[in-house]
Amino acid sequence: MTAYIIRRVLYSIPILIGVNVLIFALFFVVNSPDDMARTILGDKNVTPEAITNWKQENGYHLPLFWNTSAAGAARLTETIFFTKSVRLFVFDFGNSDRTGISIGDQIRLRMAPSLAIAVPTFVLGLLVNITLSLIVAFYRATYLDRWALVLCVVTMSISALFYIIGGQYVFAISLRLVPISGFDTGVHMLKFVLLPVAIGVVAGVGAGVRFYRIIFLEVLGNDYIRTARAKGLSEVRVLFKHVLKNAMIPILTGVVMTIPFLFYGSLLMEAFFAIPGLGGYTLEAINGQDFAVVRAMVYLGAVLNVAGLVLTDISYTLVDPRVRLG
Amino acid sequence: MNAPGRHLRRKQFFFRMYSGPHMRIGKHRRTVVSNVKTFVAFLAALLAGACGSPPNNPHRADDSSSNYYYDTFMAPPKHLDPVRSYSMDEAIFVCQVYEPPLQFHFLKRPYVLEPLTAAHMPEVSERFIDGALHTVYEITIKPGILYQPHPCFARDEHGGLRYHALTRADTRGFLQVSDFANTGTRELVAADYVLQMKRMADPRLNSPVLSTMAKYILGLDDYAAGLRSQLQAERAARRESGGMLYNQREDEKRNPIRLDYDGIEFPGAELVDRYTYRIIIKGRYPQIKYWLAMPFFAPMPQEALDFYAQAPLIVRGITLDRFPVGTGAYYIETYQPNRQIILARNPNYRFEPYPHQGEPDDAALGLLSDAGRPLPFIDRAVYMLEPEYITAWNKFLQGYYDTSGITSDSFDQAVTMTERGVGLTDLLQDQGIGLITAVTSSIWYFGFNMRDSVVGGLDEKQCKLRRAISIAIDIEEHLDIFNNGRGIPAHGLIPPGIFGYLEGRAGMNPYVYDWDEDQQRPVRKSIEEARRLLAEAGYPNGIGPDGKQLTISFDNMMTGSSYAPYLNWMLKQFRKLNINLVINTTDYNRFQDKINSGNFQFFSWGWNADYPDPENFFFLLYGPNARHGHGVENTTGYVSARYDELFRRMETMDDTPGRCALIQQMHATLQHDAPFHFGYFPVGYSLYHQWYFNAKPNLMGRNTLKYKRIDGELRDQLRREWNRPVVWPLALFALFVLLACVPAAVIVWKREHRP
Repeated sequence: MTAYIIRRVLYSIPILIGVNVLIFALFFVVNSPDDMARTILGDKNVTPEAITNWKQENGYHLPLFWNTSAAGAARLTETIFFTKSVRLFVFDFGNSDRTGISIGDQIRLRMAPSLAIAVPTFVLGLLVNITLSLIVAFYRATYLDRWALVLCVVTMSISALFYIIGGQYVFAISLRLVPISGFDTGVHMLKFVLLPVAIGVVAGVGAGVRFYRIIFLEVLGNDYIRTARAKGLSEVRVLFKHVLKNAMIPILTGVVMTIPFLFYGSLLMEAFFAIPGLGGYTLEAINGQDFAVVRAMVYLGAVLNVAGLVLTDISYTLVDPRVRLG
Repeated sequence: MNAPGRHLRRKQFFFRMYSGPHMRIGKHRRTVVSNVKTFVAFLAALLAGACGSPPNNPHRADDSSSNYYYDTFMAPPKHLDPVRSYSMDEAIFVCQVYEPPLQFHFLKRPYVLEPLTAAHMPEVSERFIDGALHTVYEITIKPGILYQPHPCFARDEHGGLRYHALTRADTRGFLQVSDFANTGTRELVAADYVLQMKRMADPRLNSPVLSTMAKYILGLDDYAAGLRSQLQAERAARRESGGMLYNQREDEKRNPIRLDYDGIEFPGAELVDRYTYRIIIKGRYPQIKYWLAMPFFAPMPQEALDFYAQAPLIVRGITLDRFPVGTGAYYIETYQPNRQIILARNPNYRFEPYPHQGEPDDAALGLLSDAGRPLPFIDRAVYMLEPEYITAWNKFLQGYYDTSGITSDSFDQAVTMTERGVGLTDLLQDQGIGLITAVTSSIWYFGFNMRDSVVGGLDEKQCKLRRAISIAIDIEEHLDIFNNGRGIPAHGLIPPGIFGYLEGRAGMNPYVYDWDEDQQRPVRKSIEEARRLLAEAGYPNGIGPDGKQLTISFDNMMTGSSYAPYLNWMLKQFRKLNINLVINTTDYNRFQDKINSGNFQFFSWGWNADYPDPENFFFLLYGPNARHGHGVENTTGYVSARYDELFRRMETMDDTPGRCALIQQMHATLQHDAPFHFGYFPVGYSLYHQWYFNAKPNLMGRNTLKYKRIDGELRDQLRREWNRPVVWPLALFALFVLLACVPAAVIVWKREHRP
């Protein structure tokens, strides 16, 4: 397995280089360094001299990929790409172009609020979805099953924005049970996370239950389930020992892939609930044309994606003895 | 196992999934409902316990009745360094901390300057240097003013500065200035103001006012060039020794460059003595007095620069741009721009009384009740990050923010138009909320490219074309539809409240409006008049000499579907004249590129004045400021010898009847030439709760937090009253869920009893 992990890590290097080059190229196709300077300097008194000066101070006066005015290796190293993006490979994210604040510090600072929402939403959502889908699978081919499916489709069809605004209206404005938005630390955090977590769970129920139901029904149709029942095993034992365990591979594929992205936060949820997490940070950077932050967050996303894939493969070996990584 | 056995186990599974040990479907439903109610009550109590009552309070319970002010900010500030900060969002923080020598009187209108840290208004004299006239502003500051407590002033037992030789170990885990255990202070001196003026020229700070100030302050441009050369030389040397992998930004973070501000002569700022300094202006520029009320001219202690120039702090992001050092009524106690920014009362603040005088109505409005009392009144101002307006609005209605603006989304919920004018809806009146309105010192206009062969030029025909379009674009309708009436149609460049603005017939634009004697107000000329002008311009019924329909492009930055109704409305305005309007919508950067390069015909934009002087509006059309030349402010490229000559005379005059007459002549020229459709002056609406006092808008002075007062006890009482939790719907919902379980139980029963 160690050899497999090392191989996957090595495979990830060209992927990360590709991601880095791609995000760099895409960003600068849409925005020139002049655009960035104008956006960051503001609306008033932005003279051509101020733009030139800003670029000089922030290293955006250099050519993008190839410096024809330099000599030797400096043609490559004295470029925006080299000075800005290469350091990402050692997880040195640098400073925000907009505020000058260390991006690494901000990621560390903002990770906790993102996780405070994402982890309970993920864990509770998983429990609720698996539980409900097992129940729906238990009642397969009854009108309860059919109504549950209709309800799932309805809940899936509703925009997440509706759940957020609706949830805020009902629970924070009408019933006045929780704050509309905000965040705090320690025990004071509880009142702020209840509503976003509940909304996150409810908004994901439709898709989750449908997905897991299909998996469980597929497993329920297998011969070994019939055999288990023929042996006289209880339905609980059949469902939890045989059905759930055999359904773990497709479940894990989705679940383990999701885990690394929990750090990433939710753009929408964090914006509406004023959660000071990484989702809001990314959104701010996009709106403010802060290339340093956008680049760092996309790179982080790519690394998490690769990590998620490796973790998924490893988790297969844990739940299915037939799977061997080599 | 036989079939009945299998069903039995299914039944057991069902009950384990749906019921707890105390739950018995069908038998003890009342007990279950009661338990749910108890749980909900417990949850509410838990929430209340965690945060104090009521449970939807987003603030700490202990703070509810405190003398705190609660407000919002929509995005983290970019800069809090007074030499860099130039946005309204940042001014709410910067202006409470930093104190320039002058300030705008809180109550008097029109806006009046008064000393802040200055002992009196600057003494103005003239001086000839190399035969050229210069104006000297001598400013004497009050002695005994102290800076806020700050670690940059902290001294050790030997009297040395405690935190000026920091190592990385000293700052391990530090995130804020408040992490330092010791603080100190010192007296404000004139040298601090001179130092700040020098910082304007520091190329690393990119001060947004450098280009403007360099035009007026003697030697500032040369001083800036000198600092730039010094910086470039140091960087070149470092680059050479750093080798191929040298990274300037990273290097300067770990080994900051200290420019020698005193090594280059700067004749524009003279230090006279401990409390007096002079600013030398090239020629005359009376508007400098307004700049002296802005943070760009606030003091900066050398200790702060030395403290923040230490690498261990730069690496940790503890910089002057985030943690200000000032003498103002407040200092930044907590800086968490991703969540909250808290200002606290400066314990070293000197005695400054609430003003005794104001406008005639101010006493009746209770705005003089606090006259003579020492400022500030509020202990802490808590600003919470609210990226979405709608959540901030609802929290305001719940009483959790003390003030609020009004956007189009909430306008109908807040404001109603009555016969007597603008009023609040019953909902807001019942809550005792107050409304204040004020015409902003800004203008939203439509501009023509004066260098365009179709819409530009100063020939009479071309002027008539622009006047015809100005008549056709019905700004009154625009305000009704898109601004909820929050604006005043502009007849010229100057909004009400600025010297030179004339009301009524005297201030009317006679090329676009007629005076209605019955209604005693201007009425837009008819569309027939516009068509007649269009025909005289060579486009009868919108058809040009080449027989083709006149086509004009409209450049704008209104991306997004929400602007579609507005753009359709614009098409309709031009259709009145049978002109084909081509809409070119781009993002803001592309839009600015087009304006800068003169690649446009017609556009809309806005201007927010820096100070309450007509010069700050008329310079938008001053020839030498033409954007396509070497200036930046004159977006249309309008160049009129007559207007420019009038502008030069008006620019340096005091507010006299003669200046007012010149302003009217300038307006007459602009109204005739019509480089702008003057658009409208936006009117700002803001709301405040009944426990918030001294709510008078001051659109020029931003350091007004010190004048505000809060009745914390009343706020706490009303918050509790308005936010009593409602729990019964949750119990009802739980009951509904339980009832929904009945069909499931029926199925299980049927399966169990299947033959």
